[in-house]
Amino acid sequence: MKDVVLRSLNQTFEKLDDMLLQFLPHLLVMLIIVVVGWFVAIILKFVTRRIFAFVSVSKLSKDAGISQILSKADLPPAGDLFSSLVFWVTWFGFLLIGVDALGVPELQLEVEKFFLFLPQIFVALLVLFGGLLAANFFSRAALLAAVNANLPSARAISGFVRFIIILLTVAMALEQIALARSTVLITFAIAFGAIMLALAIAFGSGGRDAAHRMLDRMFPPSEPKKEEERAKQEEISPL
Amino acid sequence: MRERRRETTPLGDLKLAETAQLSDDFIRQLSAVGEVDVLVGIPTFNNKDTIERVVRAVQIGLTKYFHRERCVLINPDGGSTDGTPEIFKNASVSDFEIMLTSNPLRTFHRVSAPYHGIPGKETALRTLFVAADLLRAKACAILSPASLSVTPEWIESLVRPAYRESFDFVAPLYQRQKFDGLLLKGLLAPVVRAAYGVRIREPIASDLGLSGKLARHFLEQNIWDQDVTTFGLEIWMTTTAIVHGFKISESFLGPRIQPAPQFGQDLPGTIRQVVGALFKCLEMQESYWLPRTGSESLPTFGFQYDVALEPLKLSTKTILDNFRSNIGQLVPVLESILTPATLVEIRKMIDLPDKQFRCPDELWVKTIYEFAAAYHHSAINRDHLLQALTPLYRARVSSFILQNTKAPAAKLDQRVEDLGQEFERQKPYLIDRWSAKAGGER
Repeated sequence: MKDVVLRSLNQTFEKLDDMLLQFLPHLLVMLIIVVVGWFVAIILKFVTRRIFAFVSVSKLSKDAGISQILSKADLPPAGDLFSSLVFWVTWFGFLLIGVDALGVPELQLEVEKFFLFLPQIFVALLVLFGGLLAANFFSRAALLAAVNANLPSARAISGFVRFIIILLTVAMALEQIALARSTVLITFAIAFGAIMLALAIAFGSGGRDAAHRMLDRMFPPSEPKKEEERAKQEEISPL
Repeated sequence: MRERRRETTPLGDLKLAETAQLSDDFIRQLSAVGEVDVLVGIPTFNNKDTIERVVRAVQIGLTKYFHRERCVLINPDGGSTDGTPEIFKNASVSDFEIMLTSNPLRTFHRVSAPYHGIPGKETALRTLFVAADLLRAKACAILSPASLSVTPEWIESLVRPAYRESFDFVAPLYQRQKFDGLLLKGLLAPVVRAAYGVRIREPIASDLGLSGKLARHFLEQNIWDQDVTTFGLEIWMTTTAIVHGFKISESFLGPRIQPAPQFGQDLPGTIRQVVGALFKCLEMQESYWLPRTGSESLPTFGFQYDVALEPLKLSTKTILDNFRSNIGQLVPVLESILTPATLVEIRKMIDLPDKQFRCPDELWVKTIYEFAAAYHHSAINRDHLLQALTPLYRARVSSFILQNTKAPAAKLDQRVEDLGQEFERQKPYLIDRWSAKAGGER
């Protein structure tokens, strides 16, 4: 009995030894990959930052109002943000390669799936970034045009433009990563349709009076005097 | 084609002509002219209502004041569809024969042809400069085809300083209605004065005189494909003449009456064009103006007289109401352009009652300099930046009108002079903001 127990224990320890002897090199490889990945990520972060500085991304983002949003959200400037993103994505990628090097089949399958998914995440992030830029640029253009045309709801018009572009962008980004594709599509369609329907009803019959007042505010109809006055003011040639 | 042109024209170097893509018909007509002493150019585009009057004034002016010189009147047309070129060709003075008998013109040619390229003032003026170069003109005058107040004396006033007094750039000086040209008086002229050190009162004139030398110099500049020529050729010509040391003078022309602004010539568009062009010139010529201090007045030709112009009755109430409701909405945009201190001062104006509404000179100058620096540093999209200036300009105009409603012309001139001095006084602030690193301390 004692011999059986000892043999069994011996076999178990031998197996453990074998397993450790097999696993430790893999672990070492993983650690090496993770450390090398960290260095690679640092280098890529540095290179990205330099490229961004070279192509004046900070100027572009300032131009489009992105810098303002980032600073309001206590986030670093666009260039720093993107280079940090590059660092984390790269290092995370190496981390997964390291996990893959451990040789655990279940983990390998998940890692493979993740790598197939990675380009889509990148594209989705780019879509979001571009959308944010476009939303800020066009909302500011709408605000200035509305203010210079003396429309009373300039900020509302600008906000609406921003909302529509961001809505479209988020829908496109989620579509890109195929996250609940049908739900996103349906949600977007419902949200967009609801806005249009609400406007149609408001301007139609349901909120006729409110729409009337709103239209009156936006496009003052029977105040030729006011218009005349402004036209007269502007007819003094500025040059 | 190039070879054929070289063979068929007796004119010398056609390289520049080819660059400007003069039409064959234009070159043929110029070839028949030969060399000239005085060239008068009237660029047109659908100006049938006013062109005849301008052509007749030029004809009489040349006959009366330059009858011994070889003269040419050139009309580069941007493709008018209302018969402007025909009116130009057929315009004549009824008693011209009598005038010719007493003052026989040595030679007088009239050339009208469409020019190639995108219709616009820059293409038309470039065509005129090419013509001046080809015809070796000694002096040129360029006139607006839309002027309702042009007289034969304008030709003498614009051409004589360039032809006989060896000046290179002759800027006009008009008698204006009390509140006419406030963007010019309140922004463009004082900025040019403070930055470039020249007290030129009409830096974006559409009527002006030039020496042939300066016309050739303009033509040689590597600028013709840049935005500044599309939107602000006049301000570029003025500042280029200053920067390159050409002799500049002013000539009093009398009252200036223009037709009512056409559709599309809105205030935000005008500000975008001319103020944008001024800021662009400041950027291109910063090495000239940054170290410069003080300013000099210009020699002025012509007998200055006053004509009673019908005063305009103006109301500022709507503009002030709009300013109050709009400026709050623009704060997020203005925060990227102005310093917090300036923005606070502007926001204080919102609470002022109509009668006490004031945009003081000091604040206005600071605002303009901060806009110029923000434009230079591209703090936000430049188009957006210039659009954001419109409500502030409207507020300044209202303030100026309220402050000077009853002021006589002399007092008004003094106010404009005070503003010019304030722009000069604060020039170090402009230099500070201009030279500060983009996104620097605010």
